[in-house]
Amino acid sequence: MKIDKNTINKIARLSRIKLDDKESEDYIKDLNSILDWVEQLNEVNTENVEPLSNISSSILPKREDLSNDSNSSEEILENAPDKLEGFFAVPKVVE
Amino acid sequence: MNNLIKGEKHDWEMVIGLEIHAQVKSNSKLFSSSSTKFGSLPNSQVSLVDAAMPGMLPVINKYCVEQAVKTGVGLNAKINNYSVFDRKNYFYADLPQGYQISQYKYPIVGEGKVTIDFKDGTSKDIRIVRLHLEQDAGKSLHDQNPSKTYVDLNRSGVALMEIVSEPDIRTPDEAGMYISKIRSILMYLDTCDGNMQEGSLRADVNISVRKPGDEYGTRCEIKNLNSIKFIKQAINYEAKRQIEILESGGSIEQNTMLFNTSTGKTRPMRNKEEAHDYRYFPDPDLLPLEISKEEIGKIKSSIPGLPDELKNKFIETYKLSNYDASVLTAEKQTSDYFNETINSDSELKNHAKIVVNWITSELFSLLNKNNQDLNKSPVSPENLGQLIKLISTNEISGKIAKDVLEDMFSSGKTARQIVDEKGLQQVTDQGEIAKVIDEVIAENPKMVEQYLAGKDKLLGFFVGQAMKLTKGKANPKMLNDILKQKLNKKN
Repeated sequence: MKIDKNTINKIARLSRIKLDDKESEDYIKDLNSILDWVEQLNEVNTENVEPLSNISSSILPKREDLSNDSNSSEEILENAPDKLEGFFAVPKVVE
Repeated sequence: MNNLIKGEKHDWEMVIGLEIHAQVKSNSKLFSSSSTKFGSLPNSQVSLVDAAMPGMLPVINKYCVEQAVKTGVGLNAKINNYSVFDRKNYFYADLPQGYQISQYKYPIVGEGKVTIDFKDGTSKDIRIVRLHLEQDAGKSLHDQNPSKTYVDLNRSGVALMEIVSEPDIRTPDEAGMYISKIRSILMYLDTCDGNMQEGSLRADVNISVRKPGDEYGTRCEIKNLNSIKFIKQAINYEAKRQIEILESGGSIEQNTMLFNTSTGKTRPMRNKEEAHDYRYFPDPDLLPLEISKEEIGKIKSSIPGLPDELKNKFIETYKLSNYDASVLTAEKQTSDYFNETINSDSELKNHAKIVVNWITSELFSLLNKNNQDLNKSPVSPENLGQLIKLISTNEISGKIAKDVLEDMFSSGKTARQIVDEKGLQQVTDQGEIAKVIDEVIAENPKMVEQYLAGKDKLLGFFVGQAMKLTKGKANPKMLNDILKQKLNKKN
């Protein structure tokens, strides 16, 4: 797999990152060298091997279904650039 | 049954599949301890995990897992011992993480099926592809301000079960019956409150049309429908739209649609191909979810009666029709009410069909008229049982019983009280009925003549008159018999 201009633009758009031409060129080079390096793994035969989701052998910790009834509103909105009556206010998302 | 739609050139068949999103009934969220309560002040139930503050880690709610397993059992589905949480990546203002934690390749529940029952006694299986656990997003309000969207994160992180069906559904009615059935199962299991108005249960509909026997056509997905009525409307509109395009020589573009509830029309959402590139990958913050056979067994044994089991029990014990039994078991409160009514008197077991009718037509229509819920019915199951016993023992007629029920409904009195107070006992004295009939015959000589000349329909007139004189209390069968006897004697 090779990263080209189209792919880098698509990834940037999906990540909501704006890249200028110079940056795109740099990232194409960086990502391609990462891919080349990872490519080495293809030398290993992985047929009939399930993909690994996690390298830890411990068990997923679980919690009991208890809710804390503290009112989070003030704390949660503290860093919001804009808010109104307990809501976050963001630029209009037109659907 | 004919499920086809007439087109200009030939008939068309709809192919429909549903993705149902059911909010898990739990106290706290899937990966945080915030409350799931509906209708609280905005952003009052948002933990640092839900707000995706840096460094926060999700910890799964054990009970939500159990709820999903229970639901899987209710859907006759395979429970997977091993499942994995993935990140579904997309940007939206009400999704602080920038991804939704969901399950992609390894869902907690695999293939299953549910059965829907038709009025004509037939039934049909709808296959389930899978059920997986995921996080709900927050809520956006777009219409409060011309330049702003307001965001409330209280719902962010609440556990959802997404239940995906195979495209086995062929009509809007089947779609409605299918979601009703799922809702019923969820409510019996108490794994979701089933409240569609509050959005606890909502569906995305996939629909395409084809010439019967052809391959599936290109489908469109209608997002986020929160009532059975809207689901049916949206399907009807969308199918018609697709057929019109195909018949005029066009082709269907695979699209995500929104349904406008005030115009009844569907329209495509912004059509960006990238919007569907979710770049799923296993969430590195969460280990795979493993459930042992023992745990699954324990959950299974804790499950109360499911609607279909109860339905079969009703059919067997009370000789009810498949349809009657499925109406009774559609909602838990209805089957509970029926059980309490029929067990309130040992005699009633022999009149199960009458009990069903009085609950599902008479009582339901009164509740509807007064906008009341069955679990707050002013008529208790015991009192309805008493009323039905008065009918089955011929103490009052079915017609009078309707008035008595209305009285019970508004006054809260028992059937016995009302019948005694108003003297509504049926007249079953032959002599008394005969006397009234004589009176009617004597007063209407012309009618008698016409009747005898062959105008049989007039029998109803005489019955009506005699009923009037007895204030509706004459036993209808006796009245009919004696009346015919007397009239024919005149001949």
